[in-house]
Amino acid sequence: MATTQLAEDLAGFCVDQHGSAIGMPQLCADWIPNQIFWLLIALVVIFFILSRVALPRIASVLAERTGTITNDIAAAEELKRQASEAEKAYDKALADARTEAQAIGQRTRDDIKAQLDVAVAKADEQIAAKTAESEAAIAEIRASAVQNVEIVAKDTALAIVAALGGKADAQTVSAAVDSRLKG
Amino acid sequence: MATEAAHGAEMAEHGAGHAEEATGLVFHPMDQFIVKPLFGHGDVGMFTITNVTLWLGIAILAIFALMVLGTSRRAIVPSRTQSIAELAYGFIYKMIEDVTGKDGLRYFPYIMTLFMFIVTANFLGLIPMSFTTTSHFAVTIVLALAVFLTVTILGFVKNGPSFLAMFWVSSAPLVLRPVLAVIEIISYFVRPVSHSIRLAGNVMAGHAVLKVFAGFAAVAAVSPLTVVAITAIYGLEVLVAFIQAYVFTILTCVYLKDALHPHH
Repeated sequence: MATTQLAEDLAGFCVDQHGSAIGMPQLCADWIPNQIFWLLIALVVIFFILSRVALPRIASVLAERTGTITNDIAAAEELKRQASEAEKAYDKALADARTEAQAIGQRTRDDIKAQLDVAVAKADEQIAAKTAESEAAIAEIRASAVQNVEIVAKDTALAIVAALGGKADAQTVSAAVDSRLKG
Repeated sequence: MATEAAHGAEMAEHGAGHAEEATGLVFHPMDQFIVKPLFGHGDVGMFTITNVTLWLGIAILAIFALMVLGTSRRAIVPSRTQSIAELAYGFIYKMIEDVTGKDGLRYFPYIMTLFMFIVTANFLGLIPMSFTTTSHFAVTIVLALAVFLTVTILGFVKNGPSFLAMFWVSSAPLVLRPVLAVIEIISYFVRPVSHSIRLAGNVMAGHAVLKVFAGFAAVAAVSPLTVVAITAIYGLEVLVAFIQAYVFTILTCVYLKDALHPHH
């Protein structure tokens, strides 16, 4: 029976006895002071919530964020600058290293060439010495061969003289052979 | 169907024959706007705690939850709630800056209060069984009159009598100026009326249409169609809830601009 009770209590200019609206409830003058009263309170409360707490807080958060973003961008630019500097230093080091490597290569080549030259000269010298030695040996052999021919010729001459029944004087024969050989 | 059953029971209780009972169709599209005392029965006096009080209180709590609790972590990378609060802040801030200019930003907390109240009340009104405070002219007229009076007083305080030059269109031919002045003055005084009725009218109409469609759901043949229609209109009402809050706020900014810079 609560509904009926309520309906009867409400029944009046704006609501019929069944609790339904008569016409537009928006135009019911009985309710207007109540709505305005509570609305004004609500608006004041909302205004204080917003203006004292919420809006300053959001403003500070937004400002802080803008600051952070600005700082981060600055830091990023700084890092970028550092990176490009590092890259430059790296390039420079690379170029230096290349130059140095070329210098070392050149020096090494020069060293090797010098050593090679020394070795070649030494070898040439040795070859020349060996050649001279060989030539001397050959000359010796040739000389001894001539001498042998002389000895054989003298011996043969002596033997021939003896065979022919002459009394061979070794000195005379030798002198004769010598003179023949020179002649 | 539930509505029909409820009403059937109610009818039975009253035991009285109504025209509605005969057709089986019951429409009470305006009952949702009735102001009732929350505790006990009786007349609604000025200080009675009513459903208006309840839903205004819920609106305050919702605004508090969004704007204060949502931002309590003051995060540099915001949470979802904090994002919404910041979005609302930026939206209104930018609106005032664009429409009114830098000097309008002094009035930012007032305009923000209006916007947050209207948008929250509109969305809370979309909850089934809720009471929509912004569907009442009493509420919107207070809001619109507050804007109108503030802006008019501000106009005279800031500009002195030269505020009246707003009604004297100096770019028009001299003969036309008195006529235009009359039109301008009438349109100026119609502002609070259109400002308030636009908001309450839109909200009320949408909610009433929803209820009418809900009434049709009692007829089995059309009830599937009704459900689709209610869904569609509800979607539309979600848009209206935001757009009307936006329109109210931007018009407030436009009026404020007239007060701060009356010379076109």
